[in-house]
Amino acid sequence: MSPRLTLATARRVANQLRRDPRTVALMVLLPTMLIILFRYVLNSQQAFDAVIPSLLCIFPFNIMFVVTSVATLRERTTGTLERLMTLPIGKIDLLAGYALAFGLFGVIEVGVATTVCITWLGLSVQGSAALLVLIAVLDALLGMALGLLVSAFARTEFQAVQFMPLFAFPQVLLCGLFEPRDHMIGVLSGLSDIMPLSYAVDAIKLVTSSTQVSAELVRDMGIVFGCILIALLGGAATLPRRTP
Amino acid sequence: MPGAPAGATAVAVSALRVVRGGREVLHGLNFAIPTGTVAGFIGPSGCGKSTLMRAIVGVQVVKGGTLTVLGVPAGSAALRRRVGYSTQFPAIYDDLTVTENLRYFAAVLGAPPSDVDRVITEVSLEPHSEALASQLSGGQFTRASLAVALLGTPELLVLDEPTVGLDPVTREELWDLFHSLRVDRRVTLLITSHVMDEAARCETLLLMRDGRILMRGTPDDLRENAGTTNLDEAFLRVIRDAERSRS
Ligand SMILES: Nc1ncnc2c1ncn2[C@@H]1O[C@H](COP(=O)(O)OP(=O)(O)O)[C@@H](O)[C@H]1O
Ligand SMILES: [Mg+2]
Repeated sequence: MSPRLTLATARRVANQLRRDPRTVALMVLLPTMLIILFRYVLNSQQAFDAVIPSLLCIFPFNIMFVVTSVATLRERTTGTLERLMTLPIGKIDLLAGYALAFGLFGVIEVGVATTVCITWLGLSVQGSAALLVLIAVLDALLGMALGLLVSAFARTEFQAVQFMPLFAFPQVLLCGLFEPRDHMIGVLSGLSDIMPLSYAVDAIKLVTSSTQVSAELVRDMGIVFGCILIALLGGAATLPRRTP
Repeated sequence: MPGAPAGATAVAVSALRVVRGGREVLHGLNFAIPTGTVAGFIGPSGCGKSTLMRAIVGVQVVKGGTLTVLGVPAGSAALRRRVGYSTQFPAIYDDLTVTENLRYFAAVLGAPPSDVDRVITEVSLEPHSEALASQLSGGQFTRASLAVALLGTPELLVLDEPTVGLDPVTREELWDLFHSLRVDRRVTLLITSHVMDEAARCETLLLMRDGRILMRGTPDDLRENAGTTNLDEAFLRVIRDAERSRS
């Protein structure tokens, strides 16, 4: 792994994103706008307080997932990947470059959303606000890493967006937004336990509801971080230098 | 390579077999290309030229045979700085400018930043260096993609249909560039084409059809063998003879 190549790739990806203001606006502003919308749909501070931590996970997660899966699919299908595979760059350097560039946008995305939630929508954070942002960024990165991974299983951009309902929506339904995870029937609760987004949502609920950094919080963050690494390594494994 | 011993072999292929989409598309190719040669792989579309080039640069899964490139097995990590490759379908980022594209690939190669301006000049894209790749014409796009292969100091250039769709003036300039690379830096060039006019510019020709090499020789050999001065016609005769001897 080479920091020089990772940085060069991150700069290149960020440059490409910069040329596409609509996608940047989607990443940076859309989660916040959806959260605001949701606040007025519920029209009750109490009901909103119950869901807002989950929303801070779910919207950035989904948007990063879809944007990244399409962006990396483009690299795979336009021949630039084949060219890079003949050049002295490691697959990990390439993926880490993507992760860094999208991670940067993830930080901005989550920063805007948490600021609006705390200053305007009455989100009260018992724990540290910095930790909240860190967890939300991890969640956005999780969406990004899974997006990188699934792009290997799509041949067209049309197929890539289909992974959103197939892969991301079930995680949203089972993550504890609609029903506490331990209230679900056995099978669903089991399924919920193997979905990475569940741990992201658990972690963010813990940091908003308690001033303590509990062992459970550290474990949940560790699981999310582990899933990001596994998805990135899996993504590297799906980029063979030789193709049929 | 400046220090390469005279008579060295740049690329040696033996018994190369490749299967794509469940069908064998290269049926046991054998040939060697000496260092510092411009070798043309000419044949109709679908005959396996791109597959062969992909095998030589190490991105094609091969079924059997050996490929030795600059003394080591094709696809070795050590070759990634020594071989320049330009894919048949131009491969650059169309939402970046020509300069941004080249800067990125130069960084990946560890080539000096001054290489960017050099290769832009070599492919005559100076007026368009700040244009987005998506706003280039087809020929300009092809040249921008070719420029990537020229970055650094490759000893072997593998160029898949580099002059397709270019106007005659640009084509002439590129061929001059290819020959000067060979003469000044002893670069070996493998160039594919499906049009015979390119054949006359190569020192050695390998005529391909249906995953086989039908004939190997200089353009003059080919004309002489076929008893005609027209290369197109000569190629057709080679094909006809090959078919007659097979049946
Ligand atoms: N991605 C692929 N999957 C399956 N078959 C392929 C693929 N690409 C090319 N082929 C087949 O391999 C053969 C050789 O193709 P190619 O090397 O592209 O020929 P050329 O470059 O001479 O036009 C053709 O018959 C083509 O149909
Ligand atoms: Mg081809």
